[in-house]
Amino acid sequence: MVSLQSSAPFSQKTQSIAFRLGLAMLIILVVAVIATILAASRFGQAASDETFDRLLRGAALQIAERVYVSEGEVGVDLPVSAFELLSLAREDRVFYRVIGPEGRNLTGYEDLPLPDERKAGEPTIYATSFKGVPVRAVLMSRQLAERSMRGKVDIIVAQTTAERGALARSITTQAALIIAVAAVVLFFISMFVLQIALRPLTRVEKAILAREANDLSPLDVAAPREVAVLVSAINRFMGRLDQRIEAMQNFVADAAHQIRTPITALRAQAQLALGEKDPQRLERLHRRLYARSVGLGRLADQLLSHALISHRADVATLEAIDLRRVAVEAEREIRAIANQPIAVSLPDDEVMVKGDAVSLREAVKNLLSNAVKHGAHPIGVTVTTEAEDRAVILVRDAGRGMAESQRARIGQRFIGDGISPESAGLGLSITASVAQMHQARILCRNGNGFEIGLEMPRVEH
Amino acid sequence: MQKRERLRDRSGNAKGGTLKRLAPLIAMALAASISEARQFDLPPADGGQVVEELVIESTTDLAVFRPMVEAFQLRNPGLAVTYHELTSNEIAARQEEACMSGEFLADVVISSAVDQQLKLVNDGCAKPLLLAEAERLPDWARWRNELFGFTFEPAVMVYNRAWFREQGAPQSRFELIDLLRSSTYYTGRIGTYDIASSGLGYFFAFQDALQAGTWGRVVESLGRNNAKLYCCTFEILERVADGRLLIGYNVLGSYALDYIEEDDRIGIVLPRDYTLVMARAAFVPRQARSPLAASRFIDFMLSSQGRDILSNDMRLLSPIDGAERLERLTGQKADDLETFRPISMTPALLVGLDEAKREIFMRQWRAALPGPTSRR
Repeated sequence: MVSLQSSAPFSQKTQSIAFRLGLAMLIILVVAVIATILAASRFGQAASDETFDRLLRGAALQIAERVYVSEGEVGVDLPVSAFELLSLAREDRVFYRVIGPEGRNLTGYEDLPLPDERKAGEPTIYATSFKGVPVRAVLMSRQLAERSMRGKVDIIVAQTTAERGALARSITTQAALIIAVAAVVLFFISMFVLQIALRPLTRVEKAILAREANDLSPLDVAAPREVAVLVSAINRFMGRLDQRIEAMQNFVADAAHQIRTPITALRAQAQLALGEKDPQRLERLHRRLYARSVGLGRLADQLLSHALISHRADVATLEAIDLRRVAVEAEREIRAIANQPIAVSLPDDEVMVKGDAVSLREAVKNLLSNAVKHGAHPIGVTVTTEAEDRAVILVRDAGRGMAESQRARIGQRFIGDGISPESAGLGLSITASVAQMHQARILCRNGNGFEIGLEMPRVEH
Repeated sequence: MQKRERLRDRSGNAKGGTLKRLAPLIAMALAASISEARQFDLPPADGGQVVEELVIESTTDLAVFRPMVEAFQLRNPGLAVTYHELTSNEIAARQEEACMSGEFLADVVISSAVDQQLKLVNDGCAKPLLLAEAERLPDWARWRNELFGFTFEPAVMVYNRAWFREQGAPQSRFELIDLLRSSTYYTGRIGTYDIASSGLGYFFAFQDALQAGTWGRVVESLGRNNAKLYCCTFEILERVADGRLLIGYNVLGSYALDYIEEDDRIGIVLPRDYTLVMARAAFVPRQARSPLAASRFIDFMLSSQGRDILSNDMRLLSPIDGAERLERLTGQKADDLETFRPISMTPALLVGLDEAKREIFMRQWRAALPGPTSRR
């Protein structure tokens, strides 16, 4: 009996589904968090730049508005408000420069750098460095269209980047904090959901554990589709197990039944022989003892053979085999014990069938053995093909064959008299099992002698 | 008389394009000339070994500043101080030059020309400091952890007490404008700074112009009454005291407060409409040799002990508690906090230093007040 209760040591290291899902979830979350934090940092920089660039543009615009022409001279009347606007970035230093139409500096820091490229028609915002520190600058141009003066005035306003960096960092930090907290919360929620999702498995486990050790009836547990597949697989497995156990029990019952009687008989005769003084009768008893023990041996063979066949019916895989080979091998094994020649008649071409070589050989051996025991000389085995797609293997002898009533019971477990060790019952039972395993038909003909064999589908190799 | 001597502030001096262009030359000439004349060496208080040296460049005369320096030396044994008295323009020019060349001039730079100080800091000449006491400074009195305001000096009106005994002195710009309109008696008897020669006068006038619409009318009234213009605070105070002038407008309040302690012929008014307040500013240059002692010194000026010295010995007050102390000193209750308009240390101060802007402002000023009628 297979124990389902003990947690058998598995050969492969296993991890819980929850652990694996959790790990995957964690990896995904970490990757997502890192990605969003990177994105947040870029967003923070962009948002901060936009905010402070507005200050720069506003200041430049205010200065541009205060450019005037008076007595043929361009001048600029710096508005304090422009600088107050820039002072909103509390920690940042401010630089400015106003360049007149001929490229002459009107006022401000004369060495404040111009952009490498300027955009036409709109303010150019650029990053550069001034007095050894990085600054963000805007260049704004104003076209003069006075009677006395034409050309453009360039206004540059620049600011150090401390405040915009601080704002960007603050946006990024806050976003990162929120994302990280959300990730942790999400992780715990997903762990919780995972446990709910895995609950049916626990139910199945409990249902199995709660069972009696010998209860192999199908599980009846409500389960979602994914788990239902598992449950039905378990049920199929238990079904097979149930069949196997039943087959085994049957075998044990058969074997006990079949073997007990001949052994009793053997013991009784051996006892008789012990007390017999008459040499003639003693010899007869000896002969009978011998015959009985041969019969018992054969019975043991057949029982084991039967056990083998029923085992193979469950586990063996059917392969393409040559039926001629089966005939030759069976004949070789029987010849040793038969003490008489067996004619083997085979076609020239191979006859391929899909089957289990061992089972087929056992079946043919049993038929041959029956023919040797019960039939009459000459005995032969023939392999032929019938029609296009059928293969036939036949064992033939010149005896009377089987009675009608016997034939009808081929395939049942006890068709022999059960007492006689010479009974062909088990042999036929084996043949019937093999036939069933191979989807073959048992041929049985009385006529010119007796023929019995299997007819099964042929396959191309 | 000693008292009068120390009242010569050094904030007043011509500034202008020519000076600026010649700045490096002047700076060199000055560097040579000041070395003997206005340099003071103060050995350690305990007379012992010199462990540390601190070089201060300041617009404030040592006569005024000595209590602060000595108190600091008492707390720092082995500290020798070298004190340079300079005008604000000298300081600005020298420091700009030193900032570019990387030459060492001073560990602490103190000037009443806040705008020039701010420009030096804006140009990256200052060293950022972490000062414990500076946390208490209001936002307007500090910039970038580099520039620290440590005084609280209002721009006040002063008047001759004898003349105004009966009618009462004008308490606001509106009352001043009305008074000047009501009578021709004040013609030639009102004085203020000549903004062409007084840096502080220009600074106050420029900030005044930003504050309110009254500025135009004030200037017009001054012009119509043929106001007299002076380079220095002391000149105005002296004349108001002896009656040559009846009113002084936009006078540095700290000096006026100091003056009235010895001479009660003068009264002080904190204009009710608004009172400009400025803070002398200190910074530590990037190339300071004793930056630690320098930052300790600034921290000391902002500490409660330093504030007591500033308020009691110098009448310079402190941005941290200046408003309350000023009310106590003048006996005048400010109606609300709005009355005090501190001049914020922000890059907006750069505008007043802009050459083009200055020219425009001066042009407007000269249109009303053609020129100094008196210089000393």
